[in-house]
Amino acid sequence: MTFRKILRTGWLALLGAFAPAFAGALPFWMKLPEGVSSFSADIDWLFRLILWITGIIFLVVEAILVIFLIRYRHREGRRAHYTHGNNRLEVIWTIVPAVICVVLALLSRRLWADIKQRMPEDAMQVEVTAEQFAWNIRYPGPDGKFGTGDDIVTLNQFHFPVGKKVVVSLHSKDVIHSFFLPEFRVKQDAVPGMTTKVWFDAARVGQWEIACAELCGLGHYRMKGFLTADSPEDFEKWLAEQAASNAPPPPAAAAAPAAPAPAPEEAKKGS
Amino acid sequence: MSSTPLPGIHPAPAVPHVPAHAPGVHPEPTSFWRKYIFSTDHKVIGKQYLFYSLFMLVIGGFLAGLVRWQLAWPGKPITFMGKLFPEGMPNGQMLPEFYNSLFTMHATIMIFFAIMPILIGAFGNFVIPIQIGARDMAFPRLNLASFWVAVPAAVVILWSFFVTGGAAQSGWTSYAPLSAVQPKGQTLWLLALLILGISSLLSAVNFITTIINMRAPGMTFFRLPLTVWALFITAILLLLALPVLSGAMIMLLFDRVLGTTFFLPSGLVISGNALTNAGGGQALLWQHLFWFFGHPEVYIMILPAMGITSEILPVFARKPIFGYRAMAYSIMGIAGLGWIVWGHHMFQSGMNPILGTTFMISTMVIAVPSAIKTFNWLGTLWGGVIHFTTPMLCALSFVAMFVIGGLSGVFMASTPVDVFIHDTYFIVGHIHYVLFGGSLFGAFAGIYYWYPKMFGRMMNERWGKIHWFLTFVTFNFIFFPMHFLGMRGMQRRIYDYSQYAHLKGLQPMNQFMTISLFVLGAAQVILVLNFFLSMRRGRVAGANPWRANTLEWQTSSPPPHSNFDAIPTVYRGPYEYSAPGRADDHWPQNEPPSGAAPVSAHG
Repeated sequence: MTFRKILRTGWLALLGAFAPAFAGALPFWMKLPEGVSSFSADIDWLFRLILWITGIIFLVVEAILVIFLIRYRHREGRRAHYTHGNNRLEVIWTIVPAVICVVLALLSRRLWADIKQRMPEDAMQVEVTAEQFAWNIRYPGPDGKFGTGDDIVTLNQFHFPVGKKVVVSLHSKDVIHSFFLPEFRVKQDAVPGMTTKVWFDAARVGQWEIACAELCGLGHYRMKGFLTADSPEDFEKWLAEQAASNAPPPPAAAAAPAAPAPAPEEAKKGS
Repeated sequence: MSSTPLPGIHPAPAVPHVPAHAPGVHPEPTSFWRKYIFSTDHKVIGKQYLFYSLFMLVIGGFLAGLVRWQLAWPGKPITFMGKLFPEGMPNGQMLPEFYNSLFTMHATIMIFFAIMPILIGAFGNFVIPIQIGARDMAFPRLNLASFWVAVPAAVVILWSFFVTGGAAQSGWTSYAPLSAVQPKGQTLWLLALLILGISSLLSAVNFITTIINMRAPGMTFFRLPLTVWALFITAILLLLALPVLSGAMIMLLFDRVLGTTFFLPSGLVISGNALTNAGGGQALLWQHLFWFFGHPEVYIMILPAMGITSEILPVFARKPIFGYRAMAYSIMGIAGLGWIVWGHHMFQSGMNPILGTTFMISTMVIAVPSAIKTFNWLGTLWGGVIHFTTPMLCALSFVAMFVIGGLSGVFMASTPVDVFIHDTYFIVGHIHYVLFGGSLFGAFAGIYYWYPKMFGRMMNERWGKIHWFLTFVTFNFIFFPMHFLGMRGMQRRIYDYSQYAHLKGLQPMNQFMTISLFVLGAAQVILVLNFFLSMRRGRVAGANPWRANTLEWQTSSPPPHSNFDAIPTVYRGPYEYSAPGRADDHWPQNEPPSGAAPVSAHG
């Protein structure tokens, strides 16, 4: 049957497409981006575990499907096997997926609690206020308190020292945004009227981007910030520069104007 | 093979034509308007829904084409579109706000105006009464009202493209407060869905009443075809879920036009202007209400397709469905669990993370009934005699693709993994494997399967298979790469991904997907031609071209106005194929048992 040939070729092609995965030579688009935060490896591990489990189930189920289609295709004179089912099989294929799913849920639970439920204690505190279409970053300044005269405010420029845990308190002025750091495996919505918290750290010095992951209006696609992990000395230097160039910041309620302008030029040069 | 005509079995026992005054039988209307336009006949209404949803499917697909154009060739103008949408695409150059309205309207139209009406409106109306052996729905006039309420909803949603500021642009989920401050297209969006909601509620009430009260003698619940089971549970879900959405939409409408603040917290500053009336509202309230409806909604769109698949596999494997009761119970299990998983859409929303853990566990559990169904479909094929007809190929595609859509759901059920893939193309890939690979292939299967019953003629098998093959291949070319885009962190709903460093190098893949979509779109022309040309030119089908057991095939094609010459009596379950001791490999539900024949296991 030509149909059978088509199917066989199709499946060989599909297996061929997956072959590089087994050879370990993946093109970039088949890989997760570099992971920078201390928990990114854990998330990636869980991702790969689920990929392996679902991948094997996928291959087995689809293979059985194709084998059945070929083996039990219509041929003259053969009659179908008359059966209404098998209770033992029903029990097996209820319990096995249930066990797999519950195990995955348990494995996920602890990591989830570490990332989102418990904020680290000895962390640097930063406030991020999202607005259409920019990120306002606020450091507490020398007194360690937000909303006082010595706060340091930047637009779309988020610096922090490498190796240090940072807890971000997210706010929004207008609509819902989502604070997304792809390389850090961080995503948390910023909701008007609420404070949401998220933490991360960086294993190396470098510069990345802050993306908005929640549709927030016509400029959603360009609501981009810059995230820089400095060495501790560079960070202190940068912070001092910001403090110097910062006019005494206005109180939190009337923060930076809402112009969706590109980042100010003096803040643009990261390290 | 099955493309040769199978000997049809004859319509139910030849009884002299039922006199017009027999109980429950009304004479066929004679005027054109009452017969074809404002008909109370469930078969006509089913066909009306079919044309309605296919029309909207074409529009939804066209919008998808525009979205994909922008993703493949960002900023490249399409000159002729400039004339149609001078505001959104000046000189054919797409603006970001117009892009936002394109994906918003694509999803809205596909979900509410194409998939739901085709699965529930078209197949539900056409199939339920004839499969349970009834003359019509319980409330034929309500049925008429249901369709004609759906029509203005479609008019309003399409009209919204041409109002100032364009159509709704806050996504099909319309998260507040964004949806509260958008141009007036959003108000029309709300009105259209509120109107459509009335239509769906009327249908739901009608389906439930019909299935409970109008089954033919002998048609017990566990002799119901699985399509009817699925549509029954779907109707219950609709009846319970839709009022929640309607309530939320009315609140949002009030926020927009009456100055209430259900979803508007204090201190909102939009584009530098303080929103003076804002205060006291909760932005997350919308999401809770929306997804409390929205997750059952996902099952509303997939259960009928599962039912159709469960109907078609036994017919073309010539074998009883494997685990009939497990199938029925898993539909109920999905419907029950479907109410306690909505929070998995909100893991990163700011909802308490401990709640996230709870929702993760319920979400993992809901994978189980879907797995049960998949294994039972495989069990149905095992040992069968499989005929690769077009409806069968589409139903098999449903199984094969639903597996992918189901498994990819496990990734986002895991809360930590969801941190990364939430709001990325991974999710877009997942929902399209469920809604296109699942629901739409189920709908295609239903069209090819019931077409002979609807129009009395067969569709062309060869062209049907070509259509299936092209659709199946290009579907995977479009949607499988979305998982890779998601793995790279590509956010959904962004007008121009070249803005971001982490998305560099993804344009060739996007172009490949877009070109595949164009091929897929072109392949649908084959379906349209096959559909319309077969009405005149198709081979005459006869009553039962597939040699199927269920009652709709035991009456003529198309069935007479009151469906059956006499109400059939049902003696057995719907899937008694290849029963031992019978020469014939099918055994209609209404064939009186002879002394020698074995008794069905499903009494």
